[in-house]
This record gives sequence, structure tokens and C-alpha cells, in this order.
Amino acid sequence: MDKKEQGQFGRRKVMKQSNGNYIRSTAKFSWYLKKPKYIPYMLRELSSLFVGVFCCFLVWGLYQLSQGEVVFNQWLNVLWNKLFWLNIVIFLFVFYHSYSWFMVTPKAMPIKFKGKRIPGWVIIAAHMIMWIVCSIVIFALFIYGA
Amino acid sequence: MNVIECDVVIVGAGGAGLRAAIEVAENQPDIKLALISKVYPMRSHTVAAEGGAAGVAKDEDNYDNHFNDTVSGGDWLCDQDAVEYFVHQAPRELTQMEHWGCPWSRQEDGKVAVRPFGGMKVERTWYAADKTGFHMLHTLFQTSLKYPGIERYDEYYSTELICQDGKCHGLTALDMRTGQMKFFKAKAVIICTGGAGRIFPFTTNGAIKTGDGMAMAYRAGVALKDMEFVQYHPTGLPGTGILITEGSRGEGGVLVNKDGYRYLQDYNLGPADPWPRKKAMELGPRDRLSQAFWHEQKKGNTVETDFGDAVHLDLRHLGEAKITERLPMVRELAMSYMSVDPVKEPIPVRPVVHYTMGGIDTDINTATNIRGLYAAGECACVSINGANRLGSNSLTELLVFGAKAGQKAAEYIAENNNDAIDNENLMAQAQTAIDRVMNLFKHKGKENLVSIRNEMNTIMEAGAGIYRDEQSLKQAIDQMTDLKKRFADIELVDKSNVYNTDLIQALELGSMIDVARAMAVSALNRKESRGSHQRLDYVERDDKDFLKHTLAYYQGDENPTLDYRDVVITKSKPAERVYGGKADE
Amino acid sequence: MSKSQKIRKVSFEVLRYDPDQDSEPYFQTYEVPCQDEWVILDAINYIKDELDRSLSYRWSCHMAVCGSCGLMINGEPKLSCHAFIRDMPDHIRVEPMDNFPIIRDLVVEMDGFVEKLADVKPYIHPKEERSIDDGCHTQSPEQLLDFQSLTQCINCMLCYSACPQVALNKDFIGPAAMALAHRYNLDSRDQGREVRKDVIASNKAIWECTFVGACSEVCPKHVDPAAAIQQAKIAATGDYFKSFLMPWTKKNKGNSEGEKS
Repeated sequence: MDKKEQGQFGRRKVMKQSNGNYIRSTAKFSWYLKKPKYIPYMLRELSSLFVGVFCCFLVWGLYQLSQGEVVFNQWLNVLWNKLFWLNIVIFLFVFYHSYSWFMVTPKAMPIKFKGKRIPGWVIIAAHMIMWIVCSIVIFALFIYGA
Repeated sequence: MNVIECDVVIVGAGGAGLRAAIEVAENQPDIKLALISKVYPMRSHTVAAEGGAAGVAKDEDNYDNHFNDTVSGGDWLCDQDAVEYFVHQAPRELTQMEHWGCPWSRQEDGKVAVRPFGGMKVERTWYAADKTGFHMLHTLFQTSLKYPGIERYDEYYSTELICQDGKCHGLTALDMRTGQMKFFKAKAVIICTGGAGRIFPFTTNGAIKTGDGMAMAYRAGVALKDMEFVQYHPTGLPGTGILITEGSRGEGGVLVNKDGYRYLQDYNLGPADPWPRKKAMELGPRDRLSQAFWHEQKKGNTVETDFGDAVHLDLRHLGEAKITERLPMVRELAMSYMSVDPVKEPIPVRPVVHYTMGGIDTDINTATNIRGLYAAGECACVSINGANRLGSNSLTELLVFGAKAGQKAAEYIAENNNDAIDNENLMAQAQTAIDRVMNLFKHKGKENLVSIRNEMNTIMEAGAGIYRDEQSLKQAIDQMTDLKKRFADIELVDKSNVYNTDLIQALELGSMIDVARAMAVSALNRKESRGSHQRLDYVERDDKDFLKHTLAYYQGDENPTLDYRDVVITKSKPAERVYGGKADE
Repeated sequence: MSKSQKIRKVSFEVLRYDPDQDSEPYFQTYEVPCQDEWVILDAINYIKDELDRSLSYRWSCHMAVCGSCGLMINGEPKLSCHAFIRDMPDHIRVEPMDNFPIIRDLVVEMDGFVEKLADVKPYIHPKEERSIDDGCHTQSPEQLLDFQSLTQCINCMLCYSACPQVALNKDFIGPAAMALAHRYNLDSRDQGREVRKDVIASNKAIWECTFVGACSEVCPKHVDPAAAIQQAKIAATGDYFKSFLMPWTKKNKGNSEGEKS
């Protein structure tokens, strides 16, 4: 039994505090890379950035619309041709944003019906269905309008 | 020397200690109160209690019923004036817990629910699912945070009481984190340190139940009363000793041997049906059930498991819904530690040491023979449990006598302010106490702590187990005397001052050896069978000679000396303990 | 049932640190013959009893109810008495809980945690004067169910070890404290939500939580503190808007956030 072995797991993740205490902590900016399960969380947080970008796109698009049909169609062209991949990425992140938040919605909504808690999957399913229905309706309006 | 001056010191922050602290802080907020514990309060062993706390609740119940059940359950060794006080206070204390937020399980109409429990004629056990002790402890701890007057000293191990002229003036304690010894100079001390189940190898008790407070009072000259009475809980998991609550039998669970036969009907606890039925079969008192196991084992009727012999606790007929609602923890424990799902298979169980009926000799007011020194809870023996404790009485006992101790200690301080104290003498005593610990710390010897502890376990289980006889007890006593000598030659391996658990375990072992010797000597001299003390050589109960409490007095290396005191009998004359079908007559 | 004593040799790499003699923590390896049904705690007890008396750690009940034995096992916060070796590989790394200062070996400083619990005033603030003679409050089984899962917290602190915000921000009050506050806020007998608001609805408490959810994943008692905190956020937001949209309701103390009672 050897003392002071480095150990096959290598790095010691301890930090010395100013008062001399040792504290075990992963308080670095790369903390989320330490464990695979934190990555979905960080992606969820990152997705809100893209939601913000998308909102800007919408506002931008509204302004283009106000300038008339020609300008608007030119703008659509830019989105489709020059910014195609950016739009795909934004779409994926916005999708992931809705999906990941709907999956945790039951935690924030403890709804009771006749004295018993409604199971989490029911709440998630209800949100997903609403989402799909709204998406279909808006898409249909868009197609119909065009 | 580090001296901390205060008015009251409470040693132990479990159910009794916290209740006493709240009592003092609520009624006398000016009192300087120190609450010392060798663990953080929520780790105290109260947390592991499962089944419930008894207190008269139903309209068809009354105090006399609770009184009679308790006294007969204790095989008439209970002091009946104390039991009378206890049963009257019980519902009040449990109501107080409810006011403080304890999440008692409820009936449909919103009233607190009660469940049947072993040895009780009418159901009166208040429960919080199957984690009553846990909920009570956390309720008490969280309520205690309301009072800034309670100064806590967490992870301080108390070592010795400092007394002068028959009065207690505080104690010395080790700050586990720094290794520093401190003298808590106080006007009153309340000991609430729990029982000593770790003396035995198979126990439901956690690591911390090592009888430290009992040993402390014992060495200071207070008698340990009725130490021969050690309760075996009939249903513990083989191997780990984890407790499977009596509540599982209260809900209808049955005990069967390897042939699937409900064997308890052969031991004067039957008939088997109708079931469930109070005070019969699996709801008989714990001593009888544990003794039945011993007989079944001798007959070869027990089930063999990887951890020794066991019987089966069958809950399958209760159904998954009931088990999930009323016994979720039982299911989880069985699945985790035995890989058995009680919904599908019976759980292997065996008797394991669970509770120490005996303890620090106190009167009905929790006072000892040293003025200013009080004790409450499992470490004390008032006695309301007598020769065998009924399940769910001890959680209530913590509250009733914890509150009493707090009240009496506060009164004592108010009345005793002016006596002259020889300060120099106190300081010298404290220094001697501190030196004793330092000597243990530094001693160079050849004995190994773990071997001695294992030997103590083996000796006590063999010599002073469920059944005892003269030869086994004499052997145990001699071996323990030898063990005490060898213990003095222990050398610690860990030489650090910081959180030295080698030292703490050594101090705890010292406590256990002293308490175990009191148990063995008391058992040898009680030449009868009563409650949980069963002699193969004296099988009958002897009320003529032994309707008395045993008092053991510490004599250092020599065996303890014994004295006796009559049991207080008021309303209930000793009679035959009757369970099973006959109880209905 | 046959006797099957399968022994497996498992190597334990344990963090050691004695401030009296070590300048910094280091790892020490022990070979332990583990029985099939053992938990990590059994192996650590074996190490202390048979191999190295100087190892310090906390434990008591061995049945996952006292909360003493929290450790990092292969980087995951677990109760050592509830971590079954049969589910683990042949090399196990044992360290003290993350995010707490180390006192010695596997023992961490927990006074900060207890203070945070006390900060949320976790005791009943009664709605009315009630003497013992008035008896118990009436509380239906449904009302009990509202907060019952939140009462299961054993104060093991695994959630603090798992939470990245606890790691990043020392003042963050943490999951268990907020779950405990929510437990009392939901209790039909309590009306302390106003009193707890200053501590809870602050940027040291619920607003510091970004709903990583690691706390609920590691909780051995399924308390689900993450859910409690999100519900508290909704309640606090409701209170905030109510306070200036409907200031006349300020005196009313609800005990459940927007929930029908």
C-alpha cells in the first residue's frame, strides 16, 4: 500500500482557498465539458441565443414587408440563398429549445385532477400536440396565403 | 484550558435532546444553552425509527388501556407512576409535534391516523408513512432553528462529567474537528445520548449508538438501571441488521418458517385467525416474537440465507397499492439490501438488537442522584419500558421526558444560583479528564482496537443474547473483565488532531465495554425470566424476589456492584402476560 | 437458498488529506475483497478496520436515512451506504463531496450548508393561535400529498455536490434549502411565505438557479428540488405582479402558488 501515489485517474481536482482549506470544485468555465450529461443543458441554454436571433429575423422581415412586395421577395431570396445554412441551424436550435423546455414543463406544473397528480407524460404530450397543431395551422396559413 | 461557560448543557441532539433544548429555549430564552452532539442533529439515530409514536387518540381508547398495555408489555417492571404520567402526556406531546409541522399521516376526514402496533389493545400509534422517527427528528431540528438561544456544538464528543459535592458542574468534550478539549462549565447537564446496541454484532442501531452518555453518568457515580434488558426486534434484515418496521406487521404482514407455517401460534400467541388481530400472533410483544425465532432455529425450522438463519416476513397478500402507500420504505430497503421485492416474495428477517430498556437511573422527573444532572430518552431508565418496550412507546418517550428534563433543568437553575463553588477543584478535575483522553491518544501498546471490538460483540451475543444461563453469563463476565484490561493497552494508529475517528472509536469502545459489563453482571444476578431477559436455568418469572430494578454501580476495573430498588406498583398488580386469542376474553 | 459468497477484488483509490501533516491532498490505493451484496460503505469500513486505521469518514445508519455518508464515487455524488459495488467496475475512485471544503480525508465542512437551511426559516409560521387543547390541525390526505415528497430530504448534500451553480457561486443558497422552504410554503398549516420571500425570491436563491436539474438526478430520496425551485419561481413571479397590479391583496397570504386548494 503505497502512500502518495498519483493514482491512475490522474488529475487532482482540488483548489486551495485563501483561508488554507481545500475545496473540491469544478468551478471553471469549462465545467460543462466534464460530464456528458451537462451538454444537453448547455445546448438548451445556447438555444435561447438562437431564439433571440430568430426574433430579430422576424422583426427584420416585418420591416422588409412594410417596404413592399418586391423588397420583401428580395429579402426572402437572401434568406433562402445566402443565409440558408444559418437558417437551418437557427431552426434546429429553436426546435430543440421548444422540445427541451416542453420535456421539463411537468416539473414546474404540478397540476392535480380529482385529487391526484396528472402524470408528467400527459402534460408533455399535451404541449407537444398543441405545438404540432399550431405549427400545422400556421404553416397552412402561410402556404394558403402564398 | 478552553472553558465555555453556560447554564445548561444538553448532550445529544436526537429526539430527546432537541425536545429538551426547545423546552428550555421557548420558556426561558435567557438561559445560556449549549447543545452538544458528536454528530450533526439530523444524523441522530432517532432518524431511523420507522413505525410510529403511541398516544391515545381514538374515542374508544383511554389512558387506562395505554397504561395497562405498557405495564403488561413491560412484564410489570415499569414504574407505574411514571407510566401514568407518560400516557397522559403522550397525546399532548404528539399534538405539539403536529403544531410544529410534523407530517402525520391522515385519515380521509383530515384527522391524524393511527395504526395497530405490537402489544397494544387499541390502535394508538401515530405515524408518518413508515418514517416516523425521521419526520419527528427533522421537525424538531427545524423547529429548533427558530430559537437563537440554542447554541449548537456539532461534532463535539463529550468525555467526562465534572462533579463536586454531589452536584454536576458540566463536562469535558473533544472538538472533533481540531482535536482540542474543552471544559463546558454549566449549572445543569441533560444527557440524551441514546442506547448502546453496537455492543452486539447484529443490530438495527447505527454506528453512533455506543452508550457514551450512559458510560459518562455511570463513571460519575450514577447507577445504570435494568441493564440486563436488551430488546431484540423480531424483524431485521440478516447481515446488515437493517430494521423492517413493526408497522409492516401492523398492516397485516405475517411471519412464516421454512414450511410456510405461521409458527407463532405454537408459542401462546395464537390462534392464527382472524388476522390482523391486536395483541396476537405477529402483533404480539417483541420479546415473545424474538424468543419464538430462537426456538424455531433450535428446531431447524428456519430458512438458510447467505447471512445466517432467518424466517420469512410475507407481505404479498397486502397488494402493491397498500405497500406503496403505507410501507414504501420497507419495500425500498428490501429491494436495495436484500434484492427482494416484498410485492412478489417474502422478506428474510431475523431478530436483531434494537433497543436498550435499561439506562441511566432517573426518577419520574428525569433527575439522577447527582444534583443538576438529568437524563432522558433511550439512554435513561425512568422506567416506563420495564422488561420489554412496546413498539412506538419510545418515540413518544423522547418527547415526554425530553420536555420534562428541559423543564426541570431550567427550574433547577432558577433555584440554585448561589451555592459556593470551588473553582480550582473544578479546573483540576477538568484537566485530569483532559489528560485521560490525551493519554489514550498517546499510549503505546500492543492491542488492536478492532479485534477487541469484534471480541466484545461475539462475547455479548453468545453470553447475553436472547437466551442466557449461568454458565454463559459467567463466562461473558470474565471475558469482558479481561477485555477491559486489554483495552487499556490499545495504541492508536491515527495520530492526527484533525477529525481523528480512530480516537473517537477508541473512546466509544471504552464506553461500550463498561456498559456491556453492567449488562452481563446485572443479567447474571437476575435469577428469573422476565420480558426480554430470558434464563434457560430460571424459566419462570419471580415476583417475590425480583419485582425490583437492578442498579449497577461502576467500580473501575472491578466488576460493578449491584443494588436493588422496588418497582413502583400503583394500579396494576403483576399478572400473567396474555396475548393471542386469550386476550380477548 | 445456497451460500454464494462471491468475492471480487476491487481496487479503491481514495482521496487522503490531513491538514496536520499534508501540504495538499493525494490519492491512496487499497485492494479490497468485496462481497457480492456490499455497498461502498462496507468496503470503506473494511479499509478502516483491516488496512488503514487512519482513514476518516462519516457514516451512521447504513440505510440511507441519516444522510451522513455522501461521497463522490467515480465522480458521481452518491450515498456510500446506498452505492452497490455489484453495479461498479473493478477500480473505484472515492473522494469527498464536491463543492465543500475538505476537513480531513473524506470529511467535508458542512456548517455553511446548515446555515443556509436556517436562513429559509424552515419551521411552521402558524396561521392562528392554537393551544394543545385545541388539538391537531385538520389536514386532508390530498393536502399532505401536496408537500409530502418535499419532506423526504435527508440533508445529505449530494444535490450541492451536483449543482454547477453551487460550484460557481458560494452564496447560492442551494437546492435543499429551497426545497425545504417550498415544503413549508406548501404546508396547509403554514403562512410563512411572506417571511421567507426575502431570502427565497432573491438572486442568491431561486433566481440563481438555471434549472440544470442535476440536483434532482442525484437525490437519493426523489425529493425533486429542481421542480420545487421552478414552482417557487412561478409563485414569486406571481407575487411580484400581484404586488403592484393588485396591491390590495398584499395582506393575504396564499399558501400555494396559484393552486386551487
